[in-house]
Amino acid sequence: MDSGFDFDVIQRSWVYLFREGMSFTLTLTALAMAGGIVFGTLLAMMRLSSMKPVAMLAGGYVNLMRSIPLVLVIFWFFFLVPYIGAWVIGARDPIKVGAFWSAAITFTMFEAAYYCEIMRAGIQSIPRGQVWSGYALGLDYWQTMARIVLPQAFRNMLPVLLTQTIILFQDTSLVYVISATDFLGAAAKVANRDYRLVEMYSFVAVVYFVVSYGLSALVRRLQERIAIVK
Amino acid sequence: MNYNWHWKVLLETEPGGSGTYLHYLIVGLGWTLATALAAWVIALAIGALVGTLRTTPLKWVVRLGNLYVEIFRNVPLIVQMFLWFFVVPELLPKGLGDWIKQMPPPWSSYLPAVLCLGIFTSVRVAEQVRAGINSLPRGQRMAGIATGLTETQTYRYVILPQAFRIILPPLTSEFMNVIKNSSVALTIGLLELTGRARSMQEFSFRVFEAFTAATVIYLLTNLIVVVLMRALEKKVRVPGLIAVAGAPQAGH
Repeated sequence: MDSGFDFDVIQRSWVYLFREGMSFTLTLTALAMAGGIVFGTLLAMMRLSSMKPVAMLAGGYVNLMRSIPLVLVIFWFFFLVPYIGAWVIGARDPIKVGAFWSAAITFTMFEAAYYCEIMRAGIQSIPRGQVWSGYALGLDYWQTMARIVLPQAFRNMLPVLLTQTIILFQDTSLVYVISATDFLGAAAKVANRDYRLVEMYSFVAVVYFVVSYGLSALVRRLQERIAIVK
Repeated sequence: MNYNWHWKVLLETEPGGSGTYLHYLIVGLGWTLATALAAWVIALAIGALVGTLRTTPLKWVVRLGNLYVEIFRNVPLIVQMFLWFFVVPELLPKGLGDWIKQMPPPWSSYLPAVLCLGIFTSVRVAEQVRAGINSLPRGQRMAGIATGLTETQTYRYVILPQAFRIILPPLTSEFMNVIKNSSVALTIGLLELTGRARSMQEFSFRVFEAFTAATVIYLLTNLIVVVLMRALEKKVRVPGLIAVAGAPQAGH
């Protein structure tokens, strides 16, 4: 880096960075958020279930995911998903799964453990009387959950769920370890090709900062609005 | 699923010739802990300072603290790793930068990894410290001032001793986060536990044995940390307080 900061490399590559990299990152974040919240909510319901084996199974899964590093989980799924895929479709040999779908499954499964804990707190924050009145009206478990408990739990936990999603957005950059072309991966490719590491990594840091800071400011405003209504 | 397990691979010699694969992984755990502990010292020192400063009545100090927290909270850890490893040495005076880059192998990644993780974690510690201080009744501070203590003495003798005892449980989980997050250092070439499991997989082609072994080692480490910290928490718990009813927090 003898010639000082070179803005030109950013100007030359930003279209590629956003079209290839950022779209990967955002799609992955959106998929993992949707999948993670659905699966996490189911896990939370299992953890709170009165059936001991079900509660223990979900608890074990959540604690396992929360005790090992995300990087290790990414490696695990990167190698495991081809075997699971083969098992599902009944093929004899491990199937080929691209980096994107491997990452999507990994982050869904990993984030589900974190969303689960948030939803569990949300469900537990609902007064028990709400559940009883649901049953008293003749609703069954699923109806009570879907119409009474979960809507309130979601609403109360919305800011935390969104904050977790911002963390998820940042964490997707770890797909670098399986050489996926997310925003960081795309920048790393350009950085190494043109030998402009300082410029590219500084640019990446600034973009992540602006997006994450902007989103957390929005979440804070949302939190204030919800707090007033409540 | 037809995968042939071959657990004996753990007792085979790794290509570097330092010993068995199991030994190779255990040394990795040593690097994981060495990174996490050094980073934890930095995180506690800076986190306690920044967290405390953000509760003082000095407006510009609070703003400066907020800026620090926002910067290091909103950039992904791996990007921060790259900044410390690739970018910072270039921005330093040439002599110092070259000295860092030319350190012998584990240290040239160990030092940036520790600095990066330490500062990344200090932000989270700062948040906990601030929350702990703010959770104390206002009367504590007023009583301190009323008995004739200065602002600094009130912090030293009244507020901080209580705050630290209250936030011990959330700090425990932050400590476990440092251990887990140290695995990101493999991206800048530090062969800690996850990095070694990955290279064991590459050398021996035993994918699931390598990752299962690493997973089990992480779980055992967690278990030990939890048991030790629970004992400590029991010892320093403030009598009369139920617990800090921590609000559900996002994490990773």
